Amino acid sequence: MTLTKAELADLLFEKVGLNKREAKDMVEAFFEEVRNSLEAGDSVKVSGFGNFMLRDKPQRPGRNPKTGEEIPITARRVVTFHASQKLKTAVEHLKNGSAAKP
Amino acid sequence: MTKSELIGRLALRFPQLVAKDADYAVNMILDAMADTLARGDRIEIRGFGSFALNYRPPRTGRNPKSGDKVLVPAKYVPHFKAGNELRERVDQSE
Repeated sequence: MTLTKAELADLLFEKVGLNKREAKDMVEAFFEEVRNSLEAGDSVKVSGFGNFMLRDKPQRPGRNPKTGEEIPITARRVVTFHASQKLKTAVEHLKNGSAAKP
Repeated sequence: MTKSELIGRLALRFPQLVAKDADYAVNMILDAMADTLARGDRIEIRGFGSFALNYRPPRTGRNPKSGDKVLVPAKYVPHFKAGNELRERVDQSE
């Protein structure tokens, strides 16, 4: 089943003993701190899980696939995630077709 | 920002909790995320992004040192797609 913020909050309530309010706020704050760091231009390195890095992409030519009209794709900063070796090893064994489609 | 800095920032946000709780919570969240992917399930965090698995079919690779052919078996690799809010906040050009 898909993991969401609600399941993570339940886990903190049951296993860490935070109250329901704190558990929900903690999950929200966790992702907000990661967003804040990335927004400030600082990458996030989580040992054992992976790194959230920033990439500055230059402007490049693009096309509206419907009309064929050429429009430039503007320069932008994007987030990329690089899984740790530990996480890569943990998922690579899965059999084809057993994993949820992206 | 490293994991320990993240724990420190969360501990500051929750002064009513003992510092160990922030540490425990962060590790619990990360373990749950890794376990979910290891089971072949997805993670969907609204406003942050989603984690899923991409399939890599088997291929014949080469040992770059010896030039020998080696069969690289099929595998899954983790993939992250940033959500709308994260994408917009990170892209200062907006």
